[in-house]
Amino acid sequence: MASRFDIRRQTGFTTIAMICFFALYLPIVTLVVYAFNSGNSIAVWEGVSLRWFYQAWNNDQVVDAAIRSLQIALVAATVATIVATMAALATTRTKPYPGLGFKYAFINQPLMVPEIVTAVALLIFFSRIKIWTGYSGLGYLMAAHTAFCIPFAYLPIRARLESMDLSLETAAADLYATPWKAFRRVTFPLLWPGILAGLMLAFVISLDDVVITEFVKSGGQDTLPTYMLGQFRRFITPEINAISTVFLLISILIVTVFFFISRKKDHE
Amino acid sequence: MASAEQVAKDAERREIRDRWLLSAPALIIIFLAATGPLLIVVVYSFLTPGPYGDVVWKFSTDGWLSVLMQRDIFDDTLAFADAHLSIFWRSAKLSFMTTILTLLFGFPTAYFIATRPARQRDIWLFLITIPFWTNLLIRTFAIQEVIRNEGIANTVLIKLGIISQPIQMMFTDFALMVGMTYVYLPLMVLPLYASMEKIDFRLVEAGYDLYANRFQVLRRVIIPLVKPGIIAGSILVFIPALGAYVTPRVLGGSKNMMLGNLIELQFGQGRNWPLGSALSLSLMAIVMVALLLYVRAVGRRGGAHG
Repeated sequence: MASRFDIRRQTGFTTIAMICFFALYLPIVTLVVYAFNSGNSIAVWEGVSLRWFYQAWNNDQVVDAAIRSLQIALVAATVATIVATMAALATTRTKPYPGLGFKYAFINQPLMVPEIVTAVALLIFFSRIKIWTGYSGLGYLMAAHTAFCIPFAYLPIRARLESMDLSLETAAADLYATPWKAFRRVTFPLLWPGILAGLMLAFVISLDDVVITEFVKSGGQDTLPTYMLGQFRRFITPEINAISTVFLLISILIVTVFFFISRKKDHE
Repeated sequence: MASAEQVAKDAERREIRDRWLLSAPALIIIFLAATGPLLIVVVYSFLTPGPYGDVVWKFSTDGWLSVLMQRDIFDDTLAFADAHLSIFWRSAKLSFMTTILTLLFGFPTAYFIATRPARQRDIWLFLITIPFWTNLLIRTFAIQEVIRNEGIANTVLIKLGIISQPIQMMFTDFALMVGMTYVYLPLMVLPLYASMEKIDFRLVEAGYDLYANRFQVLRRVIIPLVKPGIIAGSILVFIPALGAYVTPRVLGGSKNMMLGNLIELQFGQGRNWPLGSALSLSLMAIVMVALLLYVRAVGRRGGAHG
């Protein structure tokens, strides 16, 4: 067949790509399938049942850990998004001023340092504060999560801001709007998709965190990921698959919404 | 009366001040719960370990010394700490191999996505984004189900009659390599895709017009064009791989520790916080060097084209 010579084609690339997609999803699909196993094994299939979902739902440890995860993620993502929005407003749409480069570097710093190093640093710092103040509540985890969520919330908000020009805000100011009014009535409605994307990213990042939580948590403060990590040391039943499946579903849902919000911006 | 110039200057100064105030909460939170504590780690690395963990406030360089050396308990002579060196070496080796493997698999995948028609592209990209944002722990657990003795890989190989006994893959360096390649692959594909999306295919066409074959076009045209993506992807994979904690803990055994696990050990059973602090800072130093090399590599390219 004398088909047109395709300049984009590279021999074998499509095959490797297909292998990659297959390899990426095969383990996840297996994990989800075995969550519905009626037997005790995560390797031998015995039939379909919702038994393990039911068991996880009735496992107080799992439910407590899940609620704790959600509490931390809600607080951390909300605070991180608010301060990241402020920081983004302060670092975009301006000519360079002293300290601007420092701010970029500082806000992105949690991304540059390996998580285990931050985790160790927080363990040392917070264990001191725990001794001094006697407080050992969820505040430490919320503070730690907020800090590493800020750069993730900041990125989409900053990207969105940079695509907006200042003329509308200038017009608002010309019409005697106070800066706050201009923000609330002009900037915020335009910036909203970026803020929402930042909030969701921060939420997922907080929900997924293992390493920092593992080091910072006090006794009895397991989140869902650290609870699961603890279970791997024991005999694993499909209950872990069931928890993972629900977790996956939530992540996929949030990521899907995020993906389409941020894609839409590109097509506008 | 203030001149117009003075007024403008004041307004500018006020604006800069407002911008600092606006960014202050973010900066303060990051300082308190991320950057500041790193300074305390530096202090702790020069103290003496306490008997039940934590530290005694007495200056000592033993923490740093024990990163690479070992004091003989009988005659006080110093020797290289083989256990630590082998863990450093394993971490470096596995991270490097993970980076190479994700590049070998990720490059064609990113290229495949970048050469799809615009509408299809979003779907393929979405399929990479999902694992990118799903829990690393869950993905590590998922790959464990594939490579364990009773897992799919062994079951299929036995059914096909290729092997009669399951191959022991869990708790080996091989498991760590497969596991890290699996969990970090999306980190490689996304930056590669970002730079491939921008390829001007007229350059590729020009290559063919000049009688290059497909491999030459790949090597002399495409790869140089996407070099920033290759460097960014490699950094994004290498750094978390070097500090990996979850994957070696789940897939490796006590014989396959990586740096992250060695650090944790010092804060747990090891009860040697100064050593743990010194090890963390060593890890951070390696990462900083990698980042500097990255900045230089990207900077040089920018200079050459600008």
